[in-house]
Formats: sequence, C-alpha cells, structure tokens
Amino acid sequence: MSELDPLEKKVIELIAQKKRIPPEGITLDSTFLDLGIDSLDGMDLLFTFEESFKLTIPDDVAQQMKSVRQVTAALHTALAANPQATTN
Amino acid sequence: MRRVVITGLGGVSALGIGVPALWEGLAAGRSGVRRMTVCDTALLTNPIAAEVPSFDPAAYLMPDQVLLFDRYAAFAMAAAGEAWAEAGLDLTDEERERAGVLIGTGMGGVTGQDEAYRLLYEKKATRFHPFTIPRIMYNAAASHISMKFRLEGPTLCISTACASASHAIGEAAELIRSGRADVMIAGGADAPIAPGVVKAWESMRVLAPCGDDPAAACRPFSADRRGLVLGEGAGVVILEERERAVRRGAVIHGELAGYGATADAAHITAPGVDAPARAIRQALAQAGVEPAQVDYINAHGTATRLNDTTETQIIKRVFGDHARKLAISSTKSMHGHMMGASGAIELLATLMAIERGIVPPTANYRQPDPECDLDYVPNQAREMKVDVAISNSFAFGGLNAVLAIRRA
Repeated sequence: MSELDPLEKKVIELIAQKKRIPPEGITLDSTFLDLGIDSLDGMDLLFTFEESFKLTIPDDVAQQMKSVRQVTAALHTALAANPQATTN
Repeated sequence: MRRVVITGLGGVSALGIGVPALWEGLAAGRSGVRRMTVCDTALLTNPIAAEVPSFDPAAYLMPDQVLLFDRYAAFAMAAAGEAWAEAGLDLTDEERERAGVLIGTGMGGVTGQDEAYRLLYEKKATRFHPFTIPRIMYNAAASHISMKFRLEGPTLCISTACASASHAIGEAAELIRSGRADVMIAGGADAPIAPGVVKAWESMRVLAPCGDDPAAACRPFSADRRGLVLGEGAGVVILEERERAVRRGAVIHGELAGYGATADAAHITAPGVDAPARAIRQALAQAGVEPAQVDYINAHGTATRLNDTTETQIIKRVFGDHARKLAISSTKSMHGHMMGASGAIELLATLMAIERGIVPPTANYRQPDPECDLDYVPNQAREMKVDVAISNSFAFGGLNAVLAIRRA
C-alpha cells in the first residue's frame, strides 16, 4: 500500500476520533458501511471535514460519498479549487 | 362504538388561502414553490420555498392581536376560521366543555424566535417585545383557537416534527371516540421559513437545490429527485361525533375511520419499514377495512432519496400485490414540506380525492426509479372514485402517524 498523504492521514484521524475507533482499522478502502457510519454520522463527518479544512463540499458530491477514498478525493478536488483552504 | 366524521375544512398553503384554492391548485398539478420572499436570503445558499402568497394576518385577527401572533399561529387561525365557519356549529355552554382543540406544530413560533435572536446577537438589543414568549410558545395556536371559538374541553399541542398534524388529528379523533369530547378543532401549522431554520436544513443536505426552475425542484418518487423543499401554512378540520353531525344535518366530508401511531425506536433521522407498516395496519384495522379496499394513498413522499424508496417498500409490505393497483401521490411536490402542517394539508388533499373523485398528482415526476416502481399518478390529476384512502406521515425521530379516511 502506498504512503498516505497528509490530507488522507488527517481524514483517517478525524474519522477515528469521531467514531471512537482505532485509526489502524481505517484504510482508504474502508466504506462508511464497514465503519458503521450511517447517513447522519456521514453528515456530521462532512461538517467536521469542511470545518477542519475550511472548504465546502457540494451536496451532490456529498451524497455520493460512501468510502474514505471518495472523501479524500473530494477533499483534494475542493482544496485544489480553493487555495484558501488548509490541511493544517 | 362512537365514530368520528369531518364536518369543516380549512387550509392555508402555497397553493393559496382557503380550501377551494388548495383543491384547485392540486387538481391542476400546480407547484407553489418559488424563490423566498418572506425571509432575508442573504446568508442562504438555497433560497426557495413553498411560501403562502400574499398572506395578511390582519385579515384574520383583531387589530390588537396582530403583534401577539407569530406567523404559524396566524396561519392556524385563518384555517380554523374557515373550517369553523363551514361546519356551522352553534354550541351551548355545556357543549363547549366537551369541545376542544388539538393543533400540531413542528417548530411553533420559530419565525419570531429567529427574529428576536437576530436583534439580540446582531443589533445587541437590550430588550425584546414583551409578547415574544406568548408568540413563540408551541401551544399558542391551540390556545388562540380555543379562545376565539370559546371551546373549553381538552386543548393540547402535539409536536412530532413532520407528523405533528397527523398525530394531532388522530389523537383528537381518539378523544371523541373515547367519549371525552364531542367536537374537536384539529390540525397543524408551521412557518419554518426563517434564516436560522433554513440554514439548519441546508446543513442537513436534504434540501432540493433551487436551480433555474424552483417550481420543479421537488420531485417525489422521480429518479432525478434531489431532496425536499420547505413549505409553510396550516390545515385544520372540524371533527365531530358522527351521530351528532348526522342529527344536525351537517355536511360530512368523510369519516376519520382509523388512526395508527407507532415509533421506529431505531434512528433519529433514517426511516424504518416495520413500524410505519404497522401504523398503516393499525389505521386499517381500526377502520375495519382490508388493505385491498384502499384506493388511494397520500404518501409522505418528501422527495429525499431515502424517504421515497423506503415508503415504497412500506407500501409493498402492507399491500402486497394490491400495491400495484393503488393510486399513490405526494402532494408535497406542490405545497412543499409544510413540517407540522403537512399531515393536515395532505388530509385535505385526501378528502378532495374522496369527495370530488379527483386524485391529486405527484407533480414534477420525470423519470421512473427502479426502486420506486408503483403508480404515483405522475403530473396529471386523475378522475377516479375513491371510497377509502390513507394519508401517511413519517417524522424525523421515527414517529409515524397514519390516518384512514372513508367516504361517509
């Protein structure tokens, strides 16, 4: 498996905190279903990502997110479109 | 066994003020969704709603009452006045003690609350108008209606989010069946189009995007549905013990024959299947009708992805093969999601089907969804004899209410 970039590490860390699960159990291929993230948890997580990275995920993109990889891809896209956003 | 009939109707919605305007709009398949005008949209990303057009509270209230009523309570008062006038009741003092009011609301006087908080946080107001508390309290509508018509029996407010009106009407019918009341004014009212409330809904990501054509934003059961559209208004009916109504020669719109109420007891927002199905069965059992006798279902039909597929499963679960023969429609496509008023306006839509033989359509239906494969009466009202119908309301919080109506 390739090395995680800082954004991916941060996403996994945030999911682990929110869901109170060990980060080692979360990979880019984990689905929301695998992690026990239901629709309401999903919205809470998106809000957390948006606040952490200072960006906005459009509703139609948000509705397609069902895995960690989809989340990180969408965040990368949003970051590229918005230089004000931050991974710090 | 005491039976309950409906002898007066009142409604205020985006389709107009009064039941004739509502029925005309529903029969025409007309959407009342448009860009918001009643609230400051500067901070909103999705400024569309099914607003009540040209509503002047002063037309329904005494001049000294206008400041005392929040928008939702004024809607309730207008609808109650229409229903009461139509029922033509003239109660003795003794009868007034056996007549009450049950009005549901999801958010009460939230319009006034939102404005008060804006004054406090933004304008650093040092005082509020002294009527702020009586304006925003959830029982304001029920209390004002009881005062207006001098009804002194059981008077309550029910708040079960999107099912508030259906629970209110169902529980009011139970008060009549059990002998605790003979007449009830029942319904629901909400006015959630305030910046703070809309922002909260935007953040849940369940609102349909406004796009170029707001009227087509709410598309229940259609494969291209994108979410719900907030609405506002009130629906009120006069419920009366059947013998009494027959004796006085009242016009009877239909019998409120059954009521089901259940809880998913599972998830705060995601809908279940078992408990709503049980609520439908309860309502049918109380009405003494078999599933195969139901001609029409006014669906909860919010136009969120999850509601509409789940509701389709629920209907199939209860009705089996008959699910494919039923007419089903979501009138939220036209009057929006009126929160705690929805169940009452949808009961009025259901009564139109029974009384006029016109089943209202699901407007804005564009594409079949393999997961929603029943007859949703797309886009065009249908002339059809309806003897038995149900109206579904499934609230956030997993609270389900179903009303079963029979031709009187």
